[in-house]
Amino acid sequence: MIAYLLFVATLIAIYSILSLGLVISWGQAGLVNLGLVGFFGLGAYCSALLTKIGVPIGLAWIAAASLSSFVGVGLCLITRTLRGDYLAIVTLGFGEGLRLIELNERWLTGGSDGISGIRAPLKLELGDLFPWFYMALSWLIVIAACLVISRILKSPFGRALRAVRDDEKVAAVAGKSVLRLKCQAFGIGAGLFGLAGALYAHFISYISPDNFVLQLTIYIFLAVTAGGYSRLIGAVFGSFVVLTILESSRFAAEVIPGLSAVQIASLREFAIAVALILIMQLRPQGAFGMLNERAPPTRNANGASPSLAAKTGE
Amino acid sequence: MLTELTQYVLNGLVLGALIALPALGLSLIFSVQGFVNFSVAAQMTVGAYAAWLAGTYVGWSPYPMLLFAFVISGALGVICDRLALAPIRRQSGGQTALMLAVVSIALNLALENALRFIFGNSLNNFDMPIVRNFRLLGLSVGPQQIRNLVTALVITVALAAFFSLTRWGKAMRAVSDNPDLARLKGIDPRRLSNLATFLGMGLAGVGGSLLAIDTSVDPSTGSRLILIIFAASVVGGLTSLYGAVLGALFVGVAGEVALIWISPVYQSLTAFIAILIVLLVKPTGLFAGASGAKR
Repeated sequence: MIAYLLFVATLIAIYSILSLGLVISWGQAGLVNLGLVGFFGLGAYCSALLTKIGVPIGLAWIAAASLSSFVGVGLCLITRTLRGDYLAIVTLGFGEGLRLIELNERWLTGGSDGISGIRAPLKLELGDLFPWFYMALSWLIVIAACLVISRILKSPFGRALRAVRDDEKVAAVAGKSVLRLKCQAFGIGAGLFGLAGALYAHFISYISPDNFVLQLTIYIFLAVTAGGYSRLIGAVFGSFVVLTILESSRFAAEVIPGLSAVQIASLREFAIAVALILIMQLRPQGAFGMLNERAPPTRNANGASPSLAAKTGE
Repeated sequence: MLTELTQYVLNGLVLGALIALPALGLSLIFSVQGFVNFSVAAQMTVGAYAAWLAGTYVGWSPYPMLLFAFVISGALGVICDRLALAPIRRQSGGQTALMLAVVSIALNLALENALRFIFGNSLNNFDMPIVRNFRLLGLSVGPQQIRNLVTALVITVALAAFFSLTRWGKAMRAVSDNPDLARLKGIDPRRLSNLATFLGMGLAGVGGSLLAIDTSVDPSTGSRLILIIFAASVVGGLTSLYGAVLGALFVGVAGEVALIWISPVYQSLTAFIAILIVLLVKPTGLFAGASGAKR
């Protein structure tokens, strides 16, 4: 039971990192990214393949986050002229396209067999303590990410991002480079997705294209909306809620007799999808709601443009 | 070589005619309601299952079967729209269209899994007599494929007549053109949006059934094609109905001809690249304005 709880706790941390990435790109900058599972997979495969050829794990994680971030900025640059709903279609296609590549480029990714035996840090040395260590490590990364991101979001850069989210034209008039801000937000988000993917790969020690399907994107959107889509604490809380629904439905399915494995799996996903619809309907602001994100009233000498941008904030 | 190329183009037209129907549905819903409804994919599967049930258990012939699929998908589409999406449309906020898109993906997932719960994951074939392919000048095409092509064309022509001749069709084009002006003329947007959803989802259902008659039906029948359908709709400009048909034929032919160089497993990827290129070169779509209704 302890082993199971540790497993779930680590997964919550990984989902939290994904949700934090979505909070930055969607909640703060208003860029919908339905391809987040693509970046997640990119990070996972990148790190797994690099450690296979002997690259140290820490370095592989950094590489995974950077590659994903780099690709994210590229995608953002390509799609710079697109409206929100077109961006949704393009990012969805991006995620699906990456999954097809993972599935069919067998020489690189092993195809549907996936990659097994991915090394985990200090697994041999720690033995039984390893699950505790990995959980602590994942949560340390979550905390570090939260601290860094909250600093970023409190800065003038964060206010400019929210200005872009709320009204691009006003932000541009206030002298902000909208494209640059978008790319930065999208890139930070994609980097976090990639890092989460790397963490996941070395935790599960086996990855295959089946791990990177559209459902995961829905889980993370649910996590972020459940927690209040612009809040960091909400992302962590929402990940907890999503995994609670996912895992408790596992037990609920055991209580109801006469269900096949396929039916149980479909019930779980049905529950998640309906939960997302209900939360969007009943409490679209999420559990934590939106903060008053105005700039602090006292300004220094060069504060003219941030205060203009901040007027468009919530 | 020329025969081979013609064969690919022919296959592309057959595929394009099939995806034209759901793409039309998607564009119709987008032009009246103003958001991308991803649950079109699941409604295709719903229609395919409805047709399969009617054909296998009740023993209906193909055309009543398609009509049944149309009504079931359309009605379920309207019910889901009222239950899941309408409350979100009423919320105010700058990102409503995006929220609706996200919720419609969740709706798609819910419907797909409801079907999986009821019918399981297995592939279900229609009990159709096996007929030899027609062969002409070295080209080969199945009779069912020809029937699909003709059915899709007939439905498209009927729709075109509906939009240019009837009161409701004209009202729908008016809303798609300018919603505020349409309201001033006394057009009720709510009833119209229900009608658009019914027609759009019904078309998706017919498209799904035609596809399933040609191959088979399982819970992911529609979702597997979602990128190609979106590509067709986007290439057509998302608000243009004739554009959606032209876009579908274009994407179908381009996807099949690309098979000369690219492995078939990457067909969705080809569609994605088509979306990207069209959006980059002409963000309004290649065939936008072909119907006179622009946004």
